[in-house]
Amino acid sequence: MRMLINVPETVVADALRGMAAAHPELSVDVENRVIVRRDAPVAGKVGLVSGGGSGHEPLHGGFVGLGMLSAACPGEVFTSPVPDQMARAAVAVDSGEGVLFIVKNYTGDVLNFDMAAELAEDEGVRVAKVLVNDDVAVTDSLYTAGRRGTGATLFVEKIAGAAAEEGAPLERVEAIGRQVNESSRSFGVALSASTTPAKGSPTFDLPSGELELGIGIHGEPGRERRPMMTSREIADFTVNAVLEDLAPTGPVLALVNGMGATPLLELYGFNAEVHRVLAERGVPVARTLVGNYVTSLDMAGCSVTLCQVDEDLLRLWDAPVQTPGLRWGR
Amino acid sequence: MLDADFFRRWLAAAAAAVNREADRLTELDSAIGDADHGSNLQRGFAAVTAVMEKEAPQTPGAVLTLAGRQLISTVGGASGPLYGTLLRRTGKALGDDAEVTPAQLADALRAGVAAVAQLGGAKAGDKTMIDALDPAVEALGDSTASFTAAGEAAEQGALATVPMQARKGRASYLGERSIGHQDPGATSSALLIAALAEVAG
Repeated sequence: MRMLINVPETVVADALRGMAAAHPELSVDVENRVIVRRDAPVAGKVGLVSGGGSGHEPLHGGFVGLGMLSAACPGEVFTSPVPDQMARAAVAVDSGEGVLFIVKNYTGDVLNFDMAAELAEDEGVRVAKVLVNDDVAVTDSLYTAGRRGTGATLFVEKIAGAAAEEGAPLERVEAIGRQVNESSRSFGVALSASTTPAKGSPTFDLPSGELELGIGIHGEPGRERRPMMTSREIADFTVNAVLEDLAPTGPVLALVNGMGATPLLELYGFNAEVHRVLAERGVPVARTLVGNYVTSLDMAGCSVTLCQVDEDLLRLWDAPVQTPGLRWGR
Repeated sequence: MLDADFFRRWLAAAAAAVNREADRLTELDSAIGDADHGSNLQRGFAAVTAVMEKEAPQTPGAVLTLAGRQLISTVGGASGPLYGTLLRRTGKALGDDAEVTPAQLADALRAGVAAVAQLGGAKAGDKTMIDALDPAVEALGDSTASFTAAGEAAEQGALATVPMQARKGRASYLGERSIGHQDPGATSSALLIAALAEVAG
């Protein structure tokens, strides 16, 4: 497998040095692995800190900036960051108004963010947490680690970030984050496995002519393998899987997300099919975002995330955002 | 009696075992996880080795507590907090004594394993570290000879995870497809106990 790297051991540090070079508006601590808004702490504003394994870019580092995250903590590839990182980030962004941790529901992320919250509270930072668990592919939550956090993480970070930017207090920002998560569901499909730099070969074996349904974003295989389907068939399957669990009574935000190696040409074609299914099911779409936002290294494939929104959430979604990965409205 | 040097040698033996078996751990993790267990533990135990040289803790409790904190600060994932908690809580249970008996270590390890089970919420049969650690601490007694039995029990426990369906951690997302693979966390746990048997024997 050919990769644009030096050695596997330095991929995360190398990427952080590159982010620092590209984005002077961010303060990138390469050694301690924390990316912070340069103007943090912003007086009177709640801080938002997220993080997770690397390999999902632009999540999370690419979403640091005005209207979204205050700081992000990248771990090793597909490995949650360590508590020291999030505690350091929390202290750096706390203006005295408290800090919200946005945590994707994986065993490692939950454990490390819990430990980080204790460390930050020891430093006098008030910490609240929102757990993101939107992946409907994990069905049997009694016998698993529970639903994974995937595409809805972007919605939570954007909408809670906008609320914080408006000056909402910690309890309100947390409540909005929870509301967004509870209103969101996702389902993902892989057309090829991803290759981690450390392993150098695909993390699972997917024969040509087949696809994997219900994948996560860490190269783990999905729940079911089927013969290859068309874009139309994949849209029917994924949107219906989401709508089995989310019965929207109003308009939705739609994230049609690429897993990293699927071209935008294919993603836009897929988006047309997603809109067709939603129209057939009578679900109005308020806004659509198409692109590679919550990725899994070089995996080919896509996921669909729907989030039911009221007027307030839609207004916060439309609010200005200025980050490397998402920017509009100002 | 077991002194601080014994515990430093245990950690060195564990670091060597993790280095030796890193590719195998990653391969096992590739089947039902995300293919990084070997490299993550290698990074953590390398950091433990470095901090032992730098700070040279003088009691068994201090050695394990420092090692646990270092794993939490360097490994990440679920393994960092879980292995870090295992060593830190075992170390805390040993207290400040300059030397401890095998029976004291056995009791302390039982406390450490209980803390891991509580933190991760795993029970026997969930296809996790606990499936190697539980039988190991059951086999531990008041002699260093029992450490060898514990090493063997841990190894058997790791092998016994093959037919299990994972109910915790990332492998649980696979449902029935996790059956037929040995759990990487149980496998590395068995390495840690085998390293203890090695330095005791």
